[in-house]
Amino acid sequence: MANNSEVQTIKLTAKDYKSDQDVRWCPGCGDYSILAQVQRTLPDIIEKEKAKVVWVSGIGCSSRIPYYINTYGFHGIHGRAPAIATGVKVANPELDVWVATGDGDLLSIGGNHFIHTCRRNVDLKILLFNNRIYGLTKGQYSPTSEKGKITKTSPYGSVDYPFNPISLAIGSGATFVARAIDVNPKHLQEMIKRAGGHKGTAFLEIYQNCNIFNDGAFSLLTDKDTKDDNILYLEHGKPMVFGKDLDKGIKLDGTKPIIVDLTTGSFTKDDILVHDEFSAEPILAMILAHITDDPAFPTPIGVFRQIQKETYDGAIASQIDFVTEKRGKGDLKKALFGANTWEVN
Amino acid sequence: MPEVKEKKIETLSDVTVRFAGDSGDGMQLTGTQFSDTTAWVGNDLSTLPDYPAEIRAPAGTLYGVSGFQLHFSSSDVNTPGDVPDVLVAMNPAALKKNLPELRPNGTIIVNTDSFDPKNLKLANYERNPLEDDTLNGYHVHEVPITSLTKNALEDSSLSLKEVSRCKNFFALGIMYWLYNRPLEKTEEWLKIKFKNKPELAEGNIKAMKSGYNFGEITEIFTTRYKVDPANLPKGTYRNISGNEATALGFLTASVKSNLPIFLGSYPITPASDILQYLSNYKNFGVKTMQAEDEIAGITAALGAAFTGHLALTSTSGPGMALKAEAIGLAVMTELPIVIVNVQRGGPSTGLPTKTEQADLLQAFCGRNGESPVCVIAAQTPRDCFYQAIEAARIALKFMTPVILLTDGYIANGSEPWRIPDIEDLPDVHKEFRTEKEGFFPYIRDENLARPWAIPGTPGLEHRIGGLETDDITGNINYEPDNHDKMVRIRNQKIQNIANDISDLKVYGDDSGDLLVLGWGGTYGTLKDAVHLARKNGYKVSHAHLRHINPFPKNTKDVLKSYSKVLIPEINLGQLASLIKSEFLIEVEQQNLVRGLPFKTEDVLGKITELLGGNNGK
Repeated sequence: MANNSEVQTIKLTAKDYKSDQDVRWCPGCGDYSILAQVQRTLPDIIEKEKAKVVWVSGIGCSSRIPYYINTYGFHGIHGRAPAIATGVKVANPELDVWVATGDGDLLSIGGNHFIHTCRRNVDLKILLFNNRIYGLTKGQYSPTSEKGKITKTSPYGSVDYPFNPISLAIGSGATFVARAIDVNPKHLQEMIKRAGGHKGTAFLEIYQNCNIFNDGAFSLLTDKDTKDDNILYLEHGKPMVFGKDLDKGIKLDGTKPIIVDLTTGSFTKDDILVHDEFSAEPILAMILAHITDDPAFPTPIGVFRQIQKETYDGAIASQIDFVTEKRGKGDLKKALFGANTWEVN
Repeated sequence: MPEVKEKKIETLSDVTVRFAGDSGDGMQLTGTQFSDTTAWVGNDLSTLPDYPAEIRAPAGTLYGVSGFQLHFSSSDVNTPGDVPDVLVAMNPAALKKNLPELRPNGTIIVNTDSFDPKNLKLANYERNPLEDDTLNGYHVHEVPITSLTKNALEDSSLSLKEVSRCKNFFALGIMYWLYNRPLEKTEEWLKIKFKNKPELAEGNIKAMKSGYNFGEITEIFTTRYKVDPANLPKGTYRNISGNEATALGFLTASVKSNLPIFLGSYPITPASDILQYLSNYKNFGVKTMQAEDEIAGITAALGAAFTGHLALTSTSGPGMALKAEAIGLAVMTELPIVIVNVQRGGPSTGLPTKTEQADLLQAFCGRNGESPVCVIAAQTPRDCFYQAIEAARIALKFMTPVILLTDGYIANGSEPWRIPDIEDLPDVHKEFRTEKEGFFPYIRDENLARPWAIPGTPGLEHRIGGLETDDITGNINYEPDNHDKMVRIRNQKIQNIANDISDLKVYGDDSGDLLVLGWGGTYGTLKDAVHLARKNGYKVSHAHLRHINPFPKNTKDVLKSYSKVLIPEINLGQLASLIKSEFLIEVEQQNLVRGLPFKTEDVLGKITELLGGNNGK
């Protein structure tokens, strides 16, 4: 006999996650696609009611996203979203807490909170909208802009080296690290789902085109003619091949990655490096992170790394349980009395 | 064994003792033990530790001197005492540094063993002060404390270094004998402290008993002193420091409101104790996060406030500067949070271990835009307990950030505290909004507080943030009229708190020639100074502000009832400028910014100077 007491949950749709606010990004902005994929994906990720979803953001174009998603939302101050979100998650570990942030917000002014959130493995999903430019302040170079970039504040070219966000996340201890592209909706949806299903700090870098201040920043990866030769789709257990006819592959020469041609007969698929998302060692993920910076190599897209370890919010909760069991539930009178009292009669 | 002469016993009403030595000599510990025993025998007391910012400055140097002052009495004690009557100096540097503050004719107990050429040189003494006329006019007791401790412990299994570290307990034993105090409290404490190293407990107990017996048999001391118990209200007492009282006040507010605490904090002198104390109370559901920086401390707390916790952050001046933007966010999002600033000397890193009251205007104005917050100041160590509860109560009731100002002086100082009945403490509570019907994030109650609808509540999904919001709906709104309206609403909400707080109380007469008005940690000093001036016949009263934004409603009436108002502050006149601009009155100021509390005689001098002319006597 069926259990009638179980509450029948009605499956939500993307529409349920749309707020009544007008979306105010520039026409043609990559953020529209990201928002749409988030709204399409959330019903599949969130098994609980949507009241248990919280979006937290900082400052910048991307950080407006909480206003457009009909859940709980907290639009914070510049760079501080990971810290605010940590407070939300620790206060109620049952919530699904998402952080929407940009390259300036997360990696410049908020860099400290980002690395410490990864270090602690707070159970947050961090979506980095990386457009390699400051958009909301109208076009200054960002910590992910390429060296030599000409912008309003770098008329002779920026002299800063950029951050490699994937490498930074892995190095800081994030337990899920992935990359997607705004105009590749299917893959982006899959990455959002994977991030949403991960327990621990999930970092998803999304290449996002700013068509006003940095148009075409990722065109090699998005143009029909060039994308196949420039994207390496990472799939667990699969060899790392790329190119229109999947005729090129990555091979390790010692610890040095090299590109080999599979058409000459010198190499077969068996020579090609096989992806392992779940490796306990970060070495492979780091190698993949760093080939991003080498123009000779394709840009890896997909999950770089996923490992499991205790979350910060979980550890705080279990420590409270442990101490409460050991010492008994707190007695205020005892606490006020302390160790040393005396009577005055 | 020499024949023991009968010693005189003299009764005193009031004594101030200062223990001073190298920062590694255990002076804070010695002082704390003397305080605990003194409280236990029923004296009223107040303490003030004075330690260097360096953890272990090079031994024997002047900047490595650590001190602990204790004022105890058979009557009411409000301050740790202006000038010590007795100085225990464990080395030449301690003598050199503290001698100028000792009362003329005061008593000095010195450890003669440490007066060797090396230590004398480190203390910048050209000649041994025990051998020239430096100490003329004082009662000097020369005791070879180090060698007497070694003799006492010669059979012990402790190493030479460990034996030498027992010398502070020998000195404590002498003081216990001199002031007729029992040893048992300290004995008990040592046994617990060194539970796993009983030989250390025994060594220290033996050193203390030897010091006590030394007092009894030596001819150096001819008199011992008695200080009768004070006439304190009936009840159970404990000693409490300001920082511990602050932590316990929050814990009480948490239990009363049934809201778990979330404290986001970054270690900083002199506020770290609050984080340390609260991290012990996990079994109350207290969540403490030692954040990566000051900003993360407050912003994580704001996240927890959004999620329905009693949100706290604790810091000192430099940390306040870093938290400013986030306090503005709390103002804009109208979330309840208490920000504790244990003030220290500034600006910048300033004087980390010294006290000051110079962050008042920072609390008032230290943010961009029209950003009003409630400001409360605690006035004594035990008052920190009540003001922590008050800050939490107001934050929750009015959905606002509240800045609680304490300072290094009351945070580290301690005094006896009659432990209150929990039922007698103020009610602290806030209901979460759960009703969907008619819900908007910025609708307001009669106090102008907005509802607290926490994530997880079905049907109340909403967004908040730092952008200007539409009244009622909370949607982004940049319209000129809406902004003007919201600026005024946020201000009015803070002003409404004045309807919910107690009146400014006056010690003395309701009118007169002079009102001494203070705030924060100067309470005890001002009270003593006014008390003495009134005894001298001056028509002077004292009022002390706990609520500074908003001021209590009767503040203006109180101010107008006196011919003159004197505002002594450990800053250049910050309350004075607020009072002048708010009430359009002239005020007299007294400002000393030396990193030290006021002395009663400073304030008494100023009162006499102001009223001397009109012959208030």
